Amino acid sequence: MITARTLESKLASLYKAGKIVGGVYIGPGQEAISASLGSCLTWGHDVFAALIRDQGGRTAFGEPMLDATRSYLGSVKGLSRGRDGNIHRGDPKAGLPAMISHLGAMISVVSGMLLARRLQGKLEGVVGAASVGDGATSTGAFHEGLNVAAVEKLPLVLLLANNQFAYSTPTERQFACANLVDRAIGYGVEGHEVDGTDLLASLKVISEAVERAREGGGPQLVVANLLRLSGHGEHDDASYVPEALKNSPLGRDCMTVGENQLLEAGMITTDELASWKSEAAEEVQAAVATAQQEPSPDPYQDDWRVFSSPELSEHH
Amino acid sequence: MGEVTYIDAIREAQHDVLQDDERVFIYGQDVGNFGGAFKATKGLKELFPDRVLDSPISEDAMIGMAVGAAIEGMRPIIEMQFADFSSVAFNQIVNQAATHFFRTGVPIPITVRLPSGGTPGSGPFHSQMMESIYAYYPGLVIVTPATVADAYWMLVDSIALDDPVLYCEHKFLYRWLKADSMKGDDRLPIGQARIVRAGKHATVVAYSAMVHEALRAADSLSEEGWEIEVVDLRSVKPLDTDTVIASVARTGRLLAVGEAFPWGGVTAEVVSRVASEGFHLLDAPPQRLNARDTPVPYHPNLWEAHRPTLESISAAIRNLLRL
Repeated sequence: MITARTLESKLASLYKAGKIVGGVYIGPGQEAISASLGSCLTWGHDVFAALIRDQGGRTAFGEPMLDATRSYLGSVKGLSRGRDGNIHRGDPKAGLPAMISHLGAMISVVSGMLLARRLQGKLEGVVGAASVGDGATSTGAFHEGLNVAAVEKLPLVLLLANNQFAYSTPTERQFACANLVDRAIGYGVEGHEVDGTDLLASLKVISEAVERAREGGGPQLVVANLLRLSGHGEHDDASYVPEALKNSPLGRDCMTVGENQLLEAGMITTDELASWKSEAAEEVQAAVATAQQEPSPDPYQDDWRVFSSPELSEHH
Repeated sequence: MGEVTYIDAIREAQHDVLQDDERVFIYGQDVGNFGGAFKATKGLKELFPDRVLDSPISEDAMIGMAVGAAIEGMRPIIEMQFADFSSVAFNQIVNQAATHFFRTGVPIPITVRLPSGGTPGSGPFHSQMMESIYAYYPGLVIVTPATVADAYWMLVDSIALDDPVLYCEHKFLYRWLKADSMKGDDRLPIGQARIVRAGKHATVVAYSAMVHEALRAADSLSEEGWEIEVVDLRSVKPLDTDTVIASVARTGRLLAVGEAFPWGGVTAEVVSRVASEGFHLLDAPPQRLNARDTPVPYHPNLWEAHRPTLESISAAIRNLLRL
């Protein structure tokens, strides 16, 4: 969480300084749920389809920070060599598929990865997780993806961040059901709901859902209620978010809540917290510096191949 | 003509790859015990119970699942019940599958079978030709087999490719087209066109079921002394421009025939390439003949007048020979 918040703050600064081309999408307010999910998953073993507010989950899952800074800063050494940027990066073979921008589309991809593991006899003890927001619940891909996971009884954990806004559209223009978690009944999957601003509650509910999926309980829908504490991207000042909502319990910052919870429980000390933060700052500084020193993609060096099979390339 | 049909070849190719390669599985609507809407997977569920799976009516998720399985090293075959329904899966095909290798370096070896084209009475939503739509997008291979042996080998080769393939199989050919042998004796790689009839007065470039209409037209014109060369593209992407240009170099005249809607598309691409790369070879303006620019009509009388036929192709060739 701390690493993600520190990294994303730096990325936002770099964007405002004009050092990042394209969008910057950050997840303040969602670190508690995202990192909780990522910390329940094992790199190279489980699957995690991170979405745009999942730096917390990516870091906790095991994504190297350099993958993030290289992607944002356009290093040719990045995972997609500059062919795609920012949060579209992925390491599919490690279990981190590369998201496309079309919401809900990754749910069936995760399901397919799990189905393959089943066909290969390698599904035992594996979980596949996908992140979505309230906006994605309105898409056909969401419906098809969750339904097919339920039909196949796959170990899918769908983490739904109900963060009150899809870009600028509030939830009352997005769905009409009383509570998104009720949809679990319609899909025949298990549903869970949690206050996403509460770190310890999030960790408990999400880890239980992951365990249920891991032990054969089929797809799990986890709805986390919270408020997006940023714009849709850093280009967006989110002026449409009402003050009253920001000052409501939904508007709590999960970082502050989490720090206080851990301090009050005596699980950490203020010194430890301070040292984690300074370690994170150093790590971020190093990852940014490394990526900034690396070459940008060169259109004359890129092979521009869209086919893996070289014989398919046309000379046009 | 023998007794092996085009759909027999499709079924047999799937059987053979399922048997030879444990990474292959079939996923689609009604493909299991029912054997598929056109019986292209008949009996396969019994032979390979774990690898022939019925899907819900979820075309988007079917392709998403296939992409995910391909990331994990499988080689899924997706049967779209009708090519027309792949429009529901458009996003997953063109944004997920087509871009994946370019973006991540991880190839997506999926084969999407698209039962394509018109048959009498099928109407607007069970008759479409989708090859031009998908050919527009970088990263997709589009094949359009027109013979029994091509139906067999191009399906085997599509599944063996590391890249996503849209295998456009023509429903009219399923049981109408027969051959003595399933595998033939003229296997060509994907990306290579075939000259199916040699000639010297004009070149007709066609693909899928239109190859047979073009051959009938060439037969009828031969009675008048015209020797028409017919090129079967076999795959529309990659498009074998070299074979087309070489043919036009011999004949000086080009007619490109397709069953798809007329705006843009494969025939426009063929004409465009010949015009830009082989303009000096042309003795007449290159011509195109496509379906009409309306939805595919239901009634056989209207349908016959919607798509290119023996008569309209013959008329187009006669016109070309006069230009």
